[in-house]
Amino acid sequence: MNRTRQADLGTPASASAETVDIEIDGLPTSVRAGTSILRAARESGIDIPKLCATDSLKPFGSCRMCLVEVEGRKGYPASCTTPVEAGMQIRTQTAALASLRRNVMELYISDHPLDCLTCSANGDCELQDMAGAVGLRDVRYGFDGDNHLDAGVDASNPYFQFDASKCIVCSRCVRACDEVQGTFALTIEGRGFGAKVAAGIGESFLDSECVSCGACVQACPTATLMEKSVVEHGQPERKVVTTCAYCGVGCSFQAELRGDQVVRMTPYKDGQANHGHSCVKGRFAWGYATHRDRVLSPLVRDSIDEPWREVSWDEAIAFTAKRFEAIQAEHGTKSIGGITSSRCTNEEVFVVQKLVRAAFGNNNVDTCARVCHSPTGYGLKQTLGTSAGTQPFDSVMDADVIMVIGANPTEGHPVFASQMKRRLRQGAKLIVVDPRRIGLVRSPHIEAEHHLPLRPGTNVPIINALANVIVSEGLTDEDYVRERCDVESFEAWKTMISKPENTPEAVAEVAGVDAADIRAAARLYGNAKRAAIYYGLGVTEHSQGSTMVMGMANLAMATGNLGYSGCGVNPLRGQNNVQGSCDMGSFPHELPGYRPVQDDTVRGSFERHWGVEIDPKPGWRIPNMLDAACADQFKGIYIQGEDIAQSDPNTQHVEAALANMECVVVQDLFLNETAKFAHVFLPGTSFLEKDGTFINAERRINRVRPVMKPRQGKDEWLITQELAQAMGYPMNYTSAAEIMDEIAELTPTFTGVSFAFLDEVGSVQWPCNEDAPLGTPIMHIDRFVRGKGLFIETDYVPTEEKSNRRFPLLLTTGRILSQYNVGAQTRRTDNNIWYREDLLEVHPADAELRGIAEGDLVSLASRKGEITLKATITERVQPGVVYTTFHNPETGANVVTTEYSDWATNCPEYKVTAVQVTPANHRSAWQQEHRERALVRGRIE
Amino acid sequence: MTTVYVPRETAAVSVGADEVALEIVREAKRRGDTIRLVRNGSWGASWLEPLVEVETDDTRIAYGNVTPGEVGGLFDAGLLAGGEHARRLGPTAEIAYLARQERWSFFRCGLIDPLSMDDFLARKGFRGLQKAFELGPDAVVETVTASGLRGRGGAAFPAGVKWRTVAGVEADRKYVACNADEGDSGSFSDRLLIEGDPLCLIEGMLIAAYAVGADRGLIYLRSEYPLARSILDRAIETARQAGWLGANIQGSGFDFDVEVHLGAGSYVCGEETAMLESLEGKAGVVRAKPPLPAISGLFGKPTVVNNVVTLASVPNILNLGAEAYAAFGVGRSAGTLAFQLAGNVKRGGLVEKAFGLSLRELIEGFGGGTASGRPLRAVQVGGPLGAYLPVEQLDTPLTYEAFTEIGAMIGHGGVVVFDDTVNMAQQARFAMEFCAIESCGKCTPCRIGSTRGVEVIDRLIAGENREENYDLLVELCDTMEAASLCAMGGMTPYPVRSVLKYFAEDFAPAGRATS
Repeated sequence: MNRTRQADLGTPASASAETVDIEIDGLPTSVRAGTSILRAARESGIDIPKLCATDSLKPFGSCRMCLVEVEGRKGYPASCTTPVEAGMQIRTQTAALASLRRNVMELYISDHPLDCLTCSANGDCELQDMAGAVGLRDVRYGFDGDNHLDAGVDASNPYFQFDASKCIVCSRCVRACDEVQGTFALTIEGRGFGAKVAAGIGESFLDSECVSCGACVQACPTATLMEKSVVEHGQPERKVVTTCAYCGVGCSFQAELRGDQVVRMTPYKDGQANHGHSCVKGRFAWGYATHRDRVLSPLVRDSIDEPWREVSWDEAIAFTAKRFEAIQAEHGTKSIGGITSSRCTNEEVFVVQKLVRAAFGNNNVDTCARVCHSPTGYGLKQTLGTSAGTQPFDSVMDADVIMVIGANPTEGHPVFASQMKRRLRQGAKLIVVDPRRIGLVRSPHIEAEHHLPLRPGTNVPIINALANVIVSEGLTDEDYVRERCDVESFEAWKTMISKPENTPEAVAEVAGVDAADIRAAARLYGNAKRAAIYYGLGVTEHSQGSTMVMGMANLAMATGNLGYSGCGVNPLRGQNNVQGSCDMGSFPHELPGYRPVQDDTVRGSFERHWGVEIDPKPGWRIPNMLDAACADQFKGIYIQGEDIAQSDPNTQHVEAALANMECVVVQDLFLNETAKFAHVFLPGTSFLEKDGTFINAERRINRVRPVMKPRQGKDEWLITQELAQAMGYPMNYTSAAEIMDEIAELTPTFTGVSFAFLDEVGSVQWPCNEDAPLGTPIMHIDRFVRGKGLFIETDYVPTEEKSNRRFPLLLTTGRILSQYNVGAQTRRTDNNIWYREDLLEVHPADAELRGIAEGDLVSLASRKGEITLKATITERVQPGVVYTTFHNPETGANVVTTEYSDWATNCPEYKVTAVQVTPANHRSAWQQEHRERALVRGRIE
Repeated sequence: MTTVYVPRETAAVSVGADEVALEIVREAKRRGDTIRLVRNGSWGASWLEPLVEVETDDTRIAYGNVTPGEVGGLFDAGLLAGGEHARRLGPTAEIAYLARQERWSFFRCGLIDPLSMDDFLARKGFRGLQKAFELGPDAVVETVTASGLRGRGGAAFPAGVKWRTVAGVEADRKYVACNADEGDSGSFSDRLLIEGDPLCLIEGMLIAAYAVGADRGLIYLRSEYPLARSILDRAIETARQAGWLGANIQGSGFDFDVEVHLGAGSYVCGEETAMLESLEGKAGVVRAKPPLPAISGLFGKPTVVNNVVTLASVPNILNLGAEAYAAFGVGRSAGTLAFQLAGNVKRGGLVEKAFGLSLRELIEGFGGGTASGRPLRAVQVGGPLGAYLPVEQLDTPLTYEAFTEIGAMIGHGGVVVFDDTVNMAQQARFAMEFCAIESCGKCTPCRIGSTRGVEVIDRLIAGENREENYDLLVELCDTMEAASLCAMGGMTPYPVRSVLKYFAEDFAPAGRATS
């Protein structure tokens, strides 16, 4: 009956390598030691009835439907909680069992509404299935007894409802919240017949600590916890397995559909990155794909002061090609360029960089990784040899010590955070290095051993001090270093790291962290058997971002923490395909696979394949392009799925550059901030319409499969292809799969990849080639990709951005769970219920000094600009530090951020801006202007 | 200086022991007599409380049921010299109720000041532990196994086997958890022991911990026992001060300490896994087994979970030898059990006897029959989940095996007596109702079944569809027994079935005539 339900073997798989022989219903079988009888039977195709068991949760033993008989044993053990033993003879169907199961089911149904025909779970209800399976025909207790039929519905959550009358108190939701998500928001309140599921203490789901990850809904066997979309539309009839388009975790989802209407997205259990878990964004916040703001027809205009004209695809493409050609004719080949999107598929990105290199004839291509993880690419390539993280997510389950630096996983990478928290609950120790008291520092059943609340901008001194302790206290792994690393560089590094300014005592002054804490944290990391570093943009988005990445790689090499499971240096990448967009040659100096464009051999292979000559000189990075635009040297840009006017720093500068161009082409779902400066708008496709691949933070290549046709009528790669053709370059792919075939042919780390192969194996982590046909989960096993691991000296050069009397506070920016990046997607969903506007976090001491109360409007001013927003008073931030998000364009958080950037990669220093905060009573000048512009620049004729 | 004993024990206090003690002190002062007043534990002859004793030469002379108003008269009669008085019972040791017992676990109970380390040591205190240190852990486990001691909490699982399991598991930490959540109706032996000889329990825990390699002990005490709590806390502090708890106990190199946790009024927390959940700070919900607590118990560590009386039996087993203990009792029901007589019985109290005496000897011989003087009609043995036995079964010997045979259980040894005014249909209903109130709510047969059980019994009592409802009740009992997760739902059918079997007439439509 049900067409979308995923297989459920009842209890988790056993990790044992041994097998035992047993007999179930007379059939001999062999299963892993430690397997439950329930799972052993299901693996043999024998379905023992069950309700409280599900293979994502530890067995519980409450429903008593899965009772069996075991030869030589008294009674009826529950098969979910009873592990197999060698020689066991198990009977799953006997007259006694049939009677017991029917009688237990009769008890369930004596307290359950008999409204199956009108129930939202009709056809997808395990209680209904089990009642059928055990042959319940009568409820002899009648329906006049005590019951919960009037228990009521909690519909407070925007995405799912809780209908208590249908609850069978199996605790699957509570256990999912505990074991899978790790939030512990749900509980069973009361006892006996009065036992009931409760969110928090007498709260609604919305008001409770629930983070709407959907694990409880996924776990519920009845209609008790049900997606409102299913309540509204009915059960799905087909499914497509695809990949989430939010963060870099890259969760696999099952899009469940009626026709081409998505009814719900459920996390896919075989997804190697998420193992059946999800967060509020991927699970529920997909409604933007059909939001009324979606632009479905191409738009053009001669000048940005004019309203948009809806035109045909042909006209839009011709218009664009003509303008670009005219610009190049007047201002030279290098006067145009492109930006690829980390939100698009590898195939879509590949064709854009190819368009730039083959049709534009230059290397002016960059990507939004410039503003997030470019230092990761640089730093890890220099030290280890690969521009990517070293581990699969599952590696965290082997870590003994976890150091989280400048990342906020529970908000930014929630599904991985849940896995990390699972490991922490198992006993791994945690070190948090972050200016803010992020959720991981202390949450239910999690507490960091050490939180180093450093002053923003002092990552490098901290990592140097940690290394200083490890060197001075002899915690380095000399054998490992001698065998695997460049020893000369190690010795030089040791000398550097031993300098007096790198001792914890010296760094304590600079970073504002207690020296004893630094020392203790270093010892914990240095003495761990397996220590892993996880980091985010709090590391990279600094003027020393690349230095810090190398500092972490140095530390991991010095302690032998690379090349095994449980350790590594792991970037938590922000966007769904930021790894892929970098892999695809989106940088002005690199062809796909991070190979220098100056290299004749590399360039030659592309030139031969593409039949064009490629400019041997690297092109411009985004900041260079914008600077050149202001200097009248750069006049046209093709921007794929990125909103630089909102996301890039120093908004006024970005706006000035865009306004100075003659042809700005924006390819996106919505008329975003950048589109206000655009001449051509090419409507893009949402992930639900794409056919292609995303690569997540663990280098995993996941398939993205279309669940509906492109709503604007054209695949995105085809738009780019038609533009190339219109500009005279013959690009003739007939499918996305063909593009991947070309990527595989031209990129040594992708040789083994094809859509057919991915469909067969599910997903694969690059490198995937002759040497690693099934991919490479862990990098640098036995030897580093670059040969010998290279230690690079990491002297601290402080940023120019300093607080002073005028700007006494330091602003750092970030994001929160319910919103995503510039908010283009999440702001068009019900996620707004949790966060309607960007707030400024201010420490009570700073607030009191300024007379600021909770919810007050305040002015946030830097040397660059001023905005106003509401303040929230919290000790999450330390005195002297304020924090905000950049999810809303109306806020304009980047109006205040500066042009300072990483010395190696130009990654902007979003994380350190000297600011002043004062009470305000009106919106800032920029915000006024923004509001007026929004009215003018978004008009469509 | 004469020593006068007045028990400081919950039952004695409830009938005026504190007032009597105060009055004795006042009276002595008034008369210029110097006395030493000792607040001992109770001997367990609750029907004689407040039981005042006076130490004369080598004998302690007992005066029973003393009221404060009688104290002056007692002094007039020469109380301090053991003088004659209507309340005088003669030498305590010769009170038949006590003299006929086999006191193994409770031998110090009533005899000593429970908070005096000197008293305890003078009466063989910690000899068992010292013997254990001499034997070494393995031999201690062997000794306890050989004694045949079984869990006195109710399940009667061999204590030595449990200890051997815990001893055999490698772990960085092990626990000894003492179950003092004595919730069975009509039972009070745990409380009596804690209030009368708390150091004996501590010694038992020390021996268990030493045998299995545990260094932490927890006592889960029901919150309804405030006096026991205060005595236990002080005893633990006394033991710590004297170096019998803490690090390097008496220079042995063995570390062990104990803390007391209070329950929150849940019957099911007496079930060992629910107790462990509660000790971990969670709701008292039963865990599925396996894993056994002996392998993965408190906080996932190997844990000995034993009842108070089980642990209190251990010091003497070590001190006097396994054979001495095994010499008591019958077959696999070795040793003694502290039976507790309650309900409608003339001489209620604690009776520690070797297994094997008949229920009749206990109720009539010790208890003296019903308190009302009316004919006895039913006896419930083993708490609220125990079967109701009719008069015809009073000759059943009190052994685990004999009781299993008749579909009953001895459990924790509580015996509640009913006379012929009882309505057994209401008792059957009470069994289901008790389960409905106390069920943790985890497993379905117990959670829903008990509520449905009350409803079906109500229909039966009302005479609705008698046959169908009778069959349904029987089937519900079968389902609850076979399918419940723990003994709470699994044994609730025992009292219900026993009523259906022996007292079916009370379900007659008109009900049985009650007085």
